[in-house]
Amino acid sequence: MSARIAAIAFTVLAAILAGPVPSRGQGFSGLGADPGGFAPVVRGRALIFPADHGAHPEHRIEWWYLTANLKDASGNSYGVQWTLFRQAAMPGAQGEGWSTQQLWMGHAALTSATTHRFAEKFARGGVGQAGVETKPFSAFIDNWQMKALSPDPSALAPTELTASGKDFAYRLRLDSDRGVVLQGDAGYSVKSERGQASYYYSQPYLSVTGTIVLDGKTIEVTGQGWIDREWSSQPLASDQTGWDWFSLHLESGEKVMLFRLRHADGKDFYAGNWIGTDGKSELIAASAIAMTPLGTTQVAGRPIPTAWRIAIPSRGLSVESQPLNPQSWMDTRFQYWEGPVTVKGTQNGIGYLEMTGY
Amino acid sequence: MTALWIMRVLLSHWMRHRMQLATLLIGLMSATALWSGVQAINQQARTSYDRAASAFGGGNTAMLLPGDDVTVPQSLFATLRRAGWLVSPVLEGRVRIGERSVRLIGIEPLSLPRDAGPAPGLSDAKLLQGFLSPGGQTLIAPRTAADFGWRADQVLTTESGERLPPLQLAPDLLPDLLVADIGFAQTILRQPDRISRFLIDPAPGGERLPLAQVAGSQLRLVEAGSESDLQRLTASFHLNLTAFGLLSFLVGLFIVHSAIGLAFEQRLPMLRTLRACGVSASRLVSVLLAELVMLALIAGVAGLACGYLIASALLPDVAASLRGLYGAAVPGQLVIQPQWWIAGLAMCVAGSLVAAAGALVRVLRLPLLVSAQPYAWQLSQRRWLIGQALLATAILIAALAAFRFGTSLLTAFAVLAGALLGAALLLPVLLNVMLRTGEAMSRGPVALWAWADSRQQLSGLSLALMALLLALAVNVGVGTMVGSFSKTFLRWLDGRLAADIYLVVPDPNRAAGIEAWLRQRPDIDAVLPAARADVRIGGEPVELFGLADHATYRDLWPLLEARANVWDGVRDGRSVLVSEQLGRRLGIKLGDRVRLPTPSGDWIAEVGGLYADYGNPKGQITVNTDQLLQRFVAAGRTRFGLRVKSGAIPEVMRELESTFGLGRRDLADQATVKAESQRIFNRTFAVTSVLNAFTLGVAGVALFTSLLTLGQSRLPQLAPLWALGVTRRRLAVLELCKTMLLALMTALLALPLGIGVAWCLIEVVNVKAFGWRLPLEIFPGELARLLLVAMAAALVATLLPMLKLGRMRPVALLKVFADER
Amino acid sequence: MLKVSRLSKSYGLPQGTLSVLREVNLQVAAGESVALTGESGSGKSTLLHLIAGLDEPDSGEIVLDGKAMSGASEGDRAQMRREKLGLVFQQFNLIPSLKVGDNLSFQARIAGKLDFAWLSELAGRLGLADMLDRYPEQLSGGQQQRVAIGRALAVKPSLVLADEPTGNLDEATADEVVRLARELVARSGCALLMVTHSTRLASLLDRRVHLTAGQLT
Repeated sequence: MSARIAAIAFTVLAAILAGPVPSRGQGFSGLGADPGGFAPVVRGRALIFPADHGAHPEHRIEWWYLTANLKDASGNSYGVQWTLFRQAAMPGAQGEGWSTQQLWMGHAALTSATTHRFAEKFARGGVGQAGVETKPFSAFIDNWQMKALSPDPSALAPTELTASGKDFAYRLRLDSDRGVVLQGDAGYSVKSERGQASYYYSQPYLSVTGTIVLDGKTIEVTGQGWIDREWSSQPLASDQTGWDWFSLHLESGEKVMLFRLRHADGKDFYAGNWIGTDGKSELIAASAIAMTPLGTTQVAGRPIPTAWRIAIPSRGLSVESQPLNPQSWMDTRFQYWEGPVTVKGTQNGIGYLEMTGY
Repeated sequence: MTALWIMRVLLSHWMRHRMQLATLLIGLMSATALWSGVQAINQQARTSYDRAASAFGGGNTAMLLPGDDVTVPQSLFATLRRAGWLVSPVLEGRVRIGERSVRLIGIEPLSLPRDAGPAPGLSDAKLLQGFLSPGGQTLIAPRTAADFGWRADQVLTTESGERLPPLQLAPDLLPDLLVADIGFAQTILRQPDRISRFLIDPAPGGERLPLAQVAGSQLRLVEAGSESDLQRLTASFHLNLTAFGLLSFLVGLFIVHSAIGLAFEQRLPMLRTLRACGVSASRLVSVLLAELVMLALIAGVAGLACGYLIASALLPDVAASLRGLYGAAVPGQLVIQPQWWIAGLAMCVAGSLVAAAGALVRVLRLPLLVSAQPYAWQLSQRRWLIGQALLATAILIAALAAFRFGTSLLTAFAVLAGALLGAALLLPVLLNVMLRTGEAMSRGPVALWAWADSRQQLSGLSLALMALLLALAVNVGVGTMVGSFSKTFLRWLDGRLAADIYLVVPDPNRAAGIEAWLRQRPDIDAVLPAARADVRIGGEPVELFGLADHATYRDLWPLLEARANVWDGVRDGRSVLVSEQLGRRLGIKLGDRVRLPTPSGDWIAEVGGLYADYGNPKGQITVNTDQLLQRFVAAGRTRFGLRVKSGAIPEVMRELESTFGLGRRDLADQATVKAESQRIFNRTFAVTSVLNAFTLGVAGVALFTSLLTLGQSRLPQLAPLWALGVTRRRLAVLELCKTMLLALMTALLALPLGIGVAWCLIEVVNVKAFGWRLPLEIFPGELARLLLVAMAAALVATLLPMLKLGRMRPVALLKVFADER
Repeated sequence: MLKVSRLSKSYGLPQGTLSVLREVNLQVAAGESVALTGESGSGKSTLLHLIAGLDEPDSGEIVLDGKAMSGASEGDRAQMRREKLGLVFQQFNLIPSLKVGDNLSFQARIAGKLDFAWLSELAGRLGLADMLDRYPEQLSGGQQQRVAIGRALAVKPSLVLADEPTGNLDEATADEVVRLARELVARSGCALLMVTHSTRLASLLDRRVHLTAGQLT
């Protein structure tokens, strides 16, 4: 999830910090799986918890990502996003204190049918302003925090989640009765035919309770949440122009993760996982995925495909996705569309859609 | 059209009376020039303070400042951020590079508020990239780099051996400033994990915890727009300048007032004719106003140009004294802002309107019926004198009240202004009494006429004489104050600079080696280690100064007040000595207990003595060196005073230089330090003296022009005497004597007034402005010299009009009879 | 041209009220020149000032050219003075800083009634044509008073008021100036009211009225 944002955001930050990095156009094409001095992403590497909940400074990029679909007592829908990105500007030994090359960026958003509020934060590592601790788990930047309440360090839930901006705030509790789910092939998620990949796992079984503050009103909410964890050293392929990503909670209790990486030449790269109610995660073959825009909405001066038809015939899934708020535009320093969606069709459900590169 | 014609008619008067026009313009010009010159200097200085203060914290940015200490631990940064405070850390200090001491500021660009200062931010990736790269950058203004002879990419090394990141030219940066990432700054300044202040991002964030809950008393919140230390410290200096500027302006206005008054007097028949020919009073006044404003604008522009020149000439001295006194960097190149021009012109126009108000009112009420009584002067002068006396009394009473009940520096100046104005208004009354006495005692008709005529002349000359009185009194006052200060300062310096050689070795390890070397030399009587540390007490920056326990200080160090056995108390850390100005500022008295925050906890001590610390803007507390070093481990035993056997000073200096490679900045003998102190002292008052001289000059111009214009209108008074057989020569001499007599009487009255002014400056203004009190000393030689200068000025001013009178063609005198005015 | 009816004026003095004019009636026709004589303090100048609108009467009416001077506002009085009146005083009241030519055209310019042909005719008739570039102080007394008369006539007034215009001049010059004034007044069709204490000069004019004890005879 959000590889693209991280790629764009951190390419800029990396350029800032690591000196003249060649532009994506020439720099990364043909590099294939070369991580450029960072630790490579290897198929078959087993993910170990709680260690892998924490940061991997030897890898170039990494994120902790939560989305939640919420409802209040009168049935109004809301969406919440909370993201912490990490980027290492330089491979090799990381300095201490101010000389560390670890950079952190936070995004938070609260979406309703009529409003979309967001905020962003930047921080340098090494001085305690932002970071991730594992025992117990805690990811933070300034006063935004995702903090495990459980004594079991390997569990991502129960967790307390806070963030606030100038015009919104939220404080949520995330609970789960199941463990994490590995995405891709046992946590190895391929991002292009040329070998770019990441380590990727999720916690899609989150029940959410808590309060949101919108326009000075505190509102009690409940709903479902989804945490994504991903880290990698290999930026995306140079000809990948953008990304459309879905995480869906189906009424059956099954979960679906789907993405399309758009290629300049039109040969898009599709991937996804089907996650059963038992926590079993299976790769969905690229050929089995159909994602078709149903029309566009003018957002921030550009057409964005906010409504989609999604079909996975092999799973008997054929749905249409509509956004809660078509104007869910993250007008942050690195811009993208991210917001809650509803799907209707052979199965009904809710989820989150992220689109970059438009 | 008609209005233009009326204007032409009015202006035709000036064309025929060019001297009068010159008087008016010169008066307005000198008033505007002095005032605007001083304002330009003040503005320049204030702008540079603002700029200096606004560099990463100050004027425009709200901040968190250390409560007690000078810095706080860096861990507070994360604590604050995680409590919701959008703060950015700043570390500030000075580094010595070669012969220079330069301000270094360490910043954190990612959290830096957007408007906090010219630094790379997230909005400019390319700049940020270089700044945050592992090698880092040191930003410097191109001009400063050029001034210092540094170039881009150069790697500087501080005196203590720290390497700075390569220099990068940053066009928007302030002069005399280096900016680096806070990580580098902490290393360079040897302040690891320390923060000088936190800037608060004005952008609205979410909620945040109360400061006290997050940081206890370690930090205090300073709102945006608060005065900086520099602004506070220099406020009195600028108030002094402003007061001088205002005084010069007032003296200038005296000239303008008299010139305008005379012009109106002479133009009365013309104005009457205009009215008789059907020009309504309101129209006449509006055209007169237009004329006045036009003249004021012309003179104002010329005056501003002169003001600019004056300011450019004075600025280097002002900049030097500001640097010497307060460490404030003010560029010596004058930069004028448009509002300065506008304010200067407005002041000039407003001043001329005030000066002309009386005359204009008279025109408005001008009786058309020509029934002027030229010899009613006796009656009207008496009424005028009584009015002046009443006004003077009222002003003096107000000044007395301000003195009795006022507490601020502003009221101190009000006392001064009231005393001066009251005395000036009283002057004609006193002169009238003196002339009356002279008249009563005189014998012979010509002498009688001379006394009586002087009295009649009084109303015409009084403004010029009042200006002379003011200028002289201020001259005497300021001269006496500076003289007293100078004498006290030199005496104090002798005691204060007790050691023969002063030595600073920034590196404590090296310092220890040098100390050992010094202690074994037979030609050195004593090695007196000193130390210093910075603390904050009651929000004030305070310098802690450590002195060794030695007879040198016990015997020589001047104390204003002290308890018995004070030095024993200081040695044991029970007592401290407090500087006079700090004591006054914080209300600390002998015997009080003070709490000094130190890294190892509070240090409570008794105030065992108070001492003068002239010229130091910071408050100072003197303690024992060992006691200081025990509590401030980081301070370092790096300063030494040496008592050297007589005659051995050059030898010791030479050996210190050659053996340890110590330069001029580390090593100084007593004579050098004394000379340097005196130089700073002299420059401090250079501006005062120059303005003083200018003011006297303006008063001279006032006297000169008054006499010149008066000379013409006095023909009708002189013609009868001439007709009665008094020669023109004798008339001229008589006139000269009369004027000189008036000037002499004025100057004599100015002396006691000036000493009063000096007393007021020393006892009221100085104490409130600088925090120190001096003994008042009177210098009779100086007074006599000033008296002579004043008389010479009066003589020069009188001579020309009198020469004109002496050479006047008899026909001109005859005309007085031919067509009576 | 000028009609004064039942005009009264008194001044408050510390010693009591001084009645200067009592119900004075006077008429001057266009082209007519009238001499006003009387003892010192008989109120000649007061009457003149009232007619000139320089002062206000206690009661009565002054009508100049069909327009009431008495009771008019200060601004209106100034305008009437500008356009309908020419004033000539004993002190010549020339503006010393203006050249003769400018003094001559002075009031006409203020009134906005500048007529160059008339001005040059006046200058010629008054014998000032060669002196227009001089300053008043360079002129003799008679010449200065001729400038003052010219200035008054330049505006083509309805009425010229003259207050002892020849008081400072010798007899011959005075006669000449008065004759010239009378001639020009007749020529321009306005009226002349001249205060004088000289019966000789009074006799040079068309008519003479005498003021005694505040009343005309």
